[in-house]
Amino acid sequence: MIENYKVPSSIAEAAQILHQGEATIVAGGTDLTPQTEAGAREFAVTLINIQRIEEMRGISRSDDRYRIGGLTTVTEILESESLAIDVPVLVEAADHFASPQIRNAATIAGNLCNASPAGDMCIPLLLLDAEVELASWVDGSVSVRTLALADFFTGPGKTVMRTDELLTAVVFNQPVAGFAATFQKSGPRPALEISTVSMGVAAVPEAGVLTVVRVAIGAVAPVPLRATDTEAVLEGQALDESLIDKAAESVQQEVSPIDDVRASAWYRKHLTGVYLRRALSHVAGN
Amino acid sequence: MSLEIEVGFTLNGRTVQVKVPPGMTTLAMLREKLDMTGGKLACGEGECGACTVKIDGRTINSCLMFAVDCDGRDIQTIEGLGSVAGLEIMQQAFVEHGAIQCGYCMPGMIMQARYLVDQNAGNDQKLSREDIARGLEGNVCRCSGYTKVVDAVAAVALEEASA
Repeated sequence: MIENYKVPSSIAEAAQILHQGEATIVAGGTDLTPQTEAGAREFAVTLINIQRIEEMRGISRSDDRYRIGGLTTVTEILESESLAIDVPVLVEAADHFASPQIRNAATIAGNLCNASPAGDMCIPLLLLDAEVELASWVDGSVSVRTLALADFFTGPGKTVMRTDELLTAVVFNQPVAGFAATFQKSGPRPALEISTVSMGVAAVPEAGVLTVVRVAIGAVAPVPLRATDTEAVLEGQALDESLIDKAAESVQQEVSPIDDVRASAWYRKHLTGVYLRRALSHVAGN
Repeated sequence: MSLEIEVGFTLNGRTVQVKVPPGMTTLAMLREKLDMTGGKLACGEGECGACTVKIDGRTINSCLMFAVDCDGRDIQTIEGLGSVAGLEIMQQAFVEHGAIQCGYCMPGMIMQARYLVDQNAGNDQKLSREDIARGLEGNVCRCSGYTKVVDAVAAVALEEASA
């Protein structure tokens, strides 16, 4: 039962409220509402609406470093001209995200903090070696720790974020020259589909060899997964048929999907191999 | 006594003040507190779009948005689009193209269709039937009459582009 309702207008104010005790944070509400309405999640005694924290909005770039405020909506990412040029894979994933109405409300921080293994924005951000900024109130001021997104998720719906922390921004470097990336997701219909499998592959292809290889996969493990073993198989090697076979075999070893209403574990594993082959030919062809 | 929060916003051009419990959805507030029953509750989880309203220029699923977050915002519901006496052009097009069957999804569908055409205004690229289908992908019609919906939206897009 909610006993207090707070509307902070700054990160400092929000961090102080979180410091006082456990609270439910609401931004776009697109994941929170279905969870609370279904009884899958209880409200804490304090509800914090963070939508009025202006410093958590917007996409900015300073030198080669991008910063996306936590309250930036998926629509704002989709409509960003600079992201479309510099990081098209992120825009591509935004375009596949849910529906127009949900994109208009859903925030990047919400998608990450919900920590669904199938969270669509997680995949391109993992390819970009993105980091998240977590703010909290320590000794009378705001303290921010920055950690790799790959280390952020710990299980379905679970992250390393403490209850007194707020995810204020996602940061990443502009990819190196020649960086090519692709995002694909599978499901019975394109819209509003929780991915059966989603996959992102990125690399710098040059003379038939891939370097800076990144493979990230959604909905095949308890967390959005960086397939580091498969990346190692591919890194610096000549991309021929036998290497692709080896990589497809490796990626199927690396995932640990479950059977659920959307697909069987067997099918997810199968799709993972198919998508990796497809993604590799796409990236290598760029 | 349970907690209620006073929120104030613009609803279809009119300033309103209303007290809501902090966990209430925008859709529940509109229907139960303000008698704006155009937007419908169907799935209650953002999958069907029957509750679509426009807030600060963007359409959202009002069944997912917290009512308390409406404070200070500008909200338009289907009731603010046209009137029984004078339908808005999109509403009229849905009537003329026979796009309406049972009608339950229509307030949300029309709000999203209006938004889609408005968003594309000024774009040299005309809305294709595929663009319209994609733009309405968050709106489900259980009578499954999508062809005439697309006809209606395409007609409005064409008419407004040549106006």
